Amino acid sequence: MRIEPVDAVSWRATLGYPALAILATLAFAGVLVMLAGANPFAVFGLVLKGAFGSQFAFLETLTRATPLIFTGLAVAVAFRAKLWNIGAEAQLYIGGVVTVVLGTGALPWAGFALKPAIIVAVMMAGALVLLVPTLLKSRFGVDEVVTTLLLNFIVLLFVSMLLEGVLKNPMGMGWPQSRRVIEAASLPKILQGKRLHYGFVLALVAAISVWFVMARTTLGYEMRAVGHNPQAARFAGIRVNLVLVKTALLSGGLAALAGFSEVAGLKGNLSLDLSPGYGYTGIVVAMLAMLHPLGVIAAAIFVAGIFVGADSMSRAARVPSYIADVTVATALLTMVAAILLTRYRIRWR
Amino acid sequence: MGEAFDIFLQASFWVAVVRIASPLILATMGELICERAGVLNLGIEGIMTAGAFVGWYTVYAGGDLWLGVLMAGVIGVVFGLLHGTLTVPLGLSQHVTGIGVTLLASSLAYFSYRLLLPQVSSPPKIEPFQPLPIPFLSDIPLFGQALFAQTPLTYFAFVAVALVAWVLYRTPLGLAIRAVGENPAACEAQGIDVTLIRLGAVMAGSALMAIGGAFLTISAFNSFFFEMVNGRGWICIALVVFGSWRPGKALLGAILFAAFDAYQVRLQQVTGGVVPYQLFLMMPYVLSILALIVMARKASYPKALMVPYRKGER
Repeated sequence: MRIEPVDAVSWRATLGYPALAILATLAFAGVLVMLAGANPFAVFGLVLKGAFGSQFAFLETLTRATPLIFTGLAVAVAFRAKLWNIGAEAQLYIGGVVTVVLGTGALPWAGFALKPAIIVAVMMAGALVLLVPTLLKSRFGVDEVVTTLLLNFIVLLFVSMLLEGVLKNPMGMGWPQSRRVIEAASLPKILQGKRLHYGFVLALVAAISVWFVMARTTLGYEMRAVGHNPQAARFAGIRVNLVLVKTALLSGGLAALAGFSEVAGLKGNLSLDLSPGYGYTGIVVAMLAMLHPLGVIAAAIFVAGIFVGADSMSRAARVPSYIADVTVATALLTMVAAILLTRYRIRWR
Repeated sequence: MGEAFDIFLQASFWVAVVRIASPLILATMGELICERAGVLNLGIEGIMTAGAFVGWYTVYAGGDLWLGVLMAGVIGVVFGLLHGTLTVPLGLSQHVTGIGVTLLASSLAYFSYRLLLPQVSSPPKIEPFQPLPIPFLSDIPLFGQALFAQTPLTYFAFVAVALVAWVLYRTPLGLAIRAVGENPAACEAQGIDVTLIRLGAVMAGSALMAIGGAFLTISAFNSFFFEMVNGRGWICIALVVFGSWRPGKALLGAILFAAFDAYQVRLQQVTGGVVPYQLFLMMPYVLSILALIVMARKASYPKALMVPYRKGER
């Protein structure tokens, strides 16, 4: 067998293969559900109902989608320039750290000044976390995949150290958690008495801004050029390393915003369970969105729906909620294969 | 500082070093085979998790310990086939696919654990591999226990290094594996099936990774925990670079690394809580990054690493 590029990418393939990928993913998940002794259609129904079936469910899905939009954008921006940022988890936690450092009373400012200040500081800190592996890549040729992955573990231990040390809440009854952020630093709820907060709006604004940068600015063009062919980009006079650094700053900053949004909008304080792997799930979100910033919104809501729906389903049916993680990972693999098949064709011979 | 140095004079320290090194050795050899053939396998972390679960569950369900090793190897081959199919004939991004395989393999392991053992509150235990002292040799002072009173799976790890080195450097198959990682187009011209060799290398390497994972559950400990692989896979990727893609050097790297890890645990006790324990736990990961920085310039990595090979495409 051999694989060769198609001359013109057809609309039928562009829509057909991703649809096939989703079907294949559902089929695989269905087999696992059957192995668990449940009816797949009933279980999928429960997942759908748990994710989108009521106002409560839908708001919960949007709440869960919020950090995923940020990490998904972070990954999409980086992967566009072929900067393999697998460290969104670390950047997210650093964002959380900066939020509680500045937002628990250290700066006695009014909300309209405090929140933007925190956002800027959070983005700078996240950018810095990704800047280190990026410079190691451009200066020493160290693969950033491994360094960003290893940094996730280092940063998580660092956060744990802070939470048992300087950031520990003396009133926390011994739990390793920070003090709560003050009113002026918090993101208010969108609807009275519901969990959905203005972090979601911030995420939408971020997605639109990133789309604008990617599609309408020189930087966006340079990032795509570097990602597509670094040698050609260099030949065209683009300073590749500088573009990678700018990409890293943007990507790290976006991932850190996820930490800010979770702390200031949802949790109220920093603890070690701030993120159940949002940094890693952001990779899936970005790939499902085919790295398109606006697609990230839809992909994040889809993925969040699977997690929220599976949580509520597993309480009713006896299927472990890890089915959501399996489904999301399968979706990633089938989708990257589907994207390839839209551009190449396989010759069996 | 006398106490900090005395640690090196304890036989038990060196026993721990070799025990900690064993899963790293197995998984590093696995990654090394994949990368020598030109395929980066970031599925390693998840494949180790899957191997840890399958090996443990086989024994828990009444199987023999060696059957557990075999089943772990089989699940490794399965995920190797998945990673290989997507990255070799299809030529998908090895980064993205590898992360996907890690997410899939580890979540499948956790799903299966919850499904097969829904009622457990604390992880059930099995009877793991016991140390098998070799007569006379294990009586050598200081290093005797470390090298000759380990479990059979540790001996297996050392045999695996010798085997990998022998195959890579002394057999036509090894030459083919190294060649497809350097210059696939030239191999094709020589009549070597690049796809087949790469696919086979990824499957064999993944089997070793999974057995490395199983070492944790059926030799080092006796039960399966969530998150128990805890970044060991990523460390193995750093060890391959550190060892310049050579089995002997990678073995040395793994032992050096394990020595550091065993040392920091004991140093924690010596310093007695003055220094936050997290700083010690960070050290293995920091060390891996430092190793990468030091070696990255000198390392002669396989020329075709991460370059998908498509027939007739230049």
